Amino acid sequence: MDSKKTIKNLTTLAVGMFAFAFVLVPLYDVFCEITGLNGKVTGTSTLSEESLAISEQRELLVQFITRNNESMPWHFKSEKSQMRVVTGNQYDAIFVFHNKTDKAMVGQVIPSVSPGRGADYFHKTECFCFDQQYLAAGERIELPVRFIVDPALPKEIGSLSLGYTLFDITDRIDATKEVAKL
Amino acid sequence: MSTVVETHDHEGHHGPAKGLTRWLFTTNHKDIGTLYLWLSFTMLFVGGAMAMVIRAELFQPGLQIVQPEFFNQMTTNHGLIMVFGVIMPAFVGFANWMIPMQIGAPDMALPRLNNLSFWLLPMAFGILVSTLFMPEGGPNFGWTFYAPLSTTYAPSTVNFFIFSVHIMGISSILGSINIITTIFNMRAPGMTLMKMPLFVWGWLITAYLLIAVMPVLAGVVTMMLMDINFGTSFFNAAGGGDPVLFQHVFWFFGHPEVYIMILPAFGIVSHIIETFSRKPIFGYSSMVYAMASIAILSFVVWAHHMFTVGMPLAGELFFMYATMLIAIPTGVKVFNWVATMFRGSISFETPMLFAIAFVALFTIGGFSGLMLAIVPADFQYHDTYFVVAHFHYVLVPGSLFALIAGAYYWLPKWTGNMYDETLGKLHFWLTFISVNITFFPMHFVGLAGMPRRYPDYALQFADFNMLISMGAFLFGVTQLLFLFIVIKTIRGGKKATSEVWEGTRDLGLEWTLDSPPPHHTFTVQPQVK
Repeated sequence: MDSKKTIKNLTTLAVGMFAFAFVLVPLYDVFCEITGLNGKVTGTSTLSEESLAISEQRELLVQFITRNNESMPWHFKSEKSQMRVVTGNQYDAIFVFHNKTDKAMVGQVIPSVSPGRGADYFHKTECFCFDQQYLAAGERIELPVRFIVDPALPKEIGSLSLGYTLFDITDRIDATKEVAKL
Repeated sequence: MSTVVETHDHEGHHGPAKGLTRWLFTTNHKDIGTLYLWLSFTMLFVGGAMAMVIRAELFQPGLQIVQPEFFNQMTTNHGLIMVFGVIMPAFVGFANWMIPMQIGAPDMALPRLNNLSFWLLPMAFGILVSTLFMPEGGPNFGWTFYAPLSTTYAPSTVNFFIFSVHIMGISSILGSINIITTIFNMRAPGMTLMKMPLFVWGWLITAYLLIAVMPVLAGVVTMMLMDINFGTSFFNAAGGGDPVLFQHVFWFFGHPEVYIMILPAFGIVSHIIETFSRKPIFGYSSMVYAMASIAILSFVVWAHHMFTVGMPLAGELFFMYATMLIAIPTGVKVFNWVATMFRGSISFETPMLFAIAFVALFTIGGFSGLMLAIVPADFQYHDTYFVVAHFHYVLVPGSLFALIAGAYYWLPKWTGNMYDETLGKLHFWLTFISVNITFFPMHFVGLAGMPRRYPDYALQFADFNMLISMGAFLFGVTQLLFLFIVIKTIRGGKKATSEVWEGTRDLGLEWTLDSPPPHHTFTVQPQVK
């Protein structure tokens, strides 16, 4: 009759599983990165040595999709809807942000590349996607995305789409500021 | 004079305390089992009333009785209450009553904790049900509470819901720790693990599942709480989170939860079938291994609930095959039950009728589960009434039938009185007929494309929905008959022998006790050969 030991082990298991639920969050990100699921663009921003060694170039189509989440009122468009690019070369795509409202707002874009397997071969050397964009009332800005398509891109992928979703995070920023004040 | 009488009854035999405090402060496994069973029975009628509202609204196309917002609250709370408030507490009630009596233990290992585990539950459901009376209404995002419906777009009462889930989780975890500790440390001398009754085995595995996944559920609602109130972004894409993550974490809990609600039922049905077939269960050890394999497999199949969310082909194939693999141990169990009945001298008392109906109808639910596991087909079935038909077939004629069967089977033991067999048979046939009228046509409307969780439907589904609603009303009313039978049995009836059913003395230690058993049993543990 060693109940204490059983209880201790079971309690540890329960606490461990609670922690495991939170470990699932980074695990999920890692899993998505490995599988290229969700078109998560987290690959390096530069070409690897092996890729640079590939001299064979090919042409493909890169398409840009912009979309506003929910009720985000900004005007958000890419200057060109698509570009013909050659692998291994660097290109700029311009995106326009226009805060048409009469109040200052903060927005953030989340990128996604499809097909998901192509995400690792789309290198962005410069991107606004990891910054929060602060725009005063009526302000309009143009921001570039500088990218290189990896020459190692699998042959069967004939075109890539870069999708951007713009989120309104004004409230969240205000909330964090209030928490910071406390 | 009275003082003399009072001092008389102290040492020696002391029965239960009197009045309300008996139930508030009780540490007796039988009392706590009774409390669990009555809570679950009460919640069955609360959740059932919600189902009646749902079916009344769906009786005809168009909106006639309730508003869509309230309809959503009804579907959500019906699901939550039936899963967490009826099926789970009822099995814990059976565990409390039967596990100590089946393993020859004087009580549960942690009697005070047992009291706490129970009394947390009325608190949790009090909180949950109270949200329905708040101005913003209760949770309305489905019992699976997918983010962002349950975070960004939820009514503020979602915080009550989260708190209530936390309390339910703590109750389940404490209860499970108690059950495992009891089974491991308090078995009668001579009762090895492979001599334990199958109900005890079912619960041992279930308790492990509960300890493994209830904390994950607590984790996922904690993440929701932080997203809603503390500005984190676990499930909010704007902050770099991912709503699909919610579905993964939820179903990592949710799929084992499905087996939590059926493994104890397997145990109960095994006992009933062996009793009324007058043969020991066929393939005892394969029954144990089947339950264990089902439990282990349940951790690697969760994504079959979310095939349509966007997954790599390899992932879909993995989850499809893993899911289908579960059919093998489940099939072993079904064949063992059939083999137990084969050439047995079967008699058809009410518990046996419910148990046979369980085997037949649970198998139908299992087959529709296999259909849903097929990835390409699931894209057609996903979120239709076919899914509703599937999980109601495994939960109502599955888990609930096993609970009702178990109640009829052990009521004479618990109360000392036989139930009214004629009324019991009437209850069975009305339930059996109405359950099929209710849930079978749901397969058809589901395959024809009727989506679940809407307060209205396209006109071509009208006839079947009217039939389904009529079946549901009959099923609901019939359960009042069950309540009547239970109360009638408690109040009196033909006295039950300690064996209750023919030849049970060899089947389990509980049948060696008097009916009803004394308040304290097995203070001296029996020797098991």
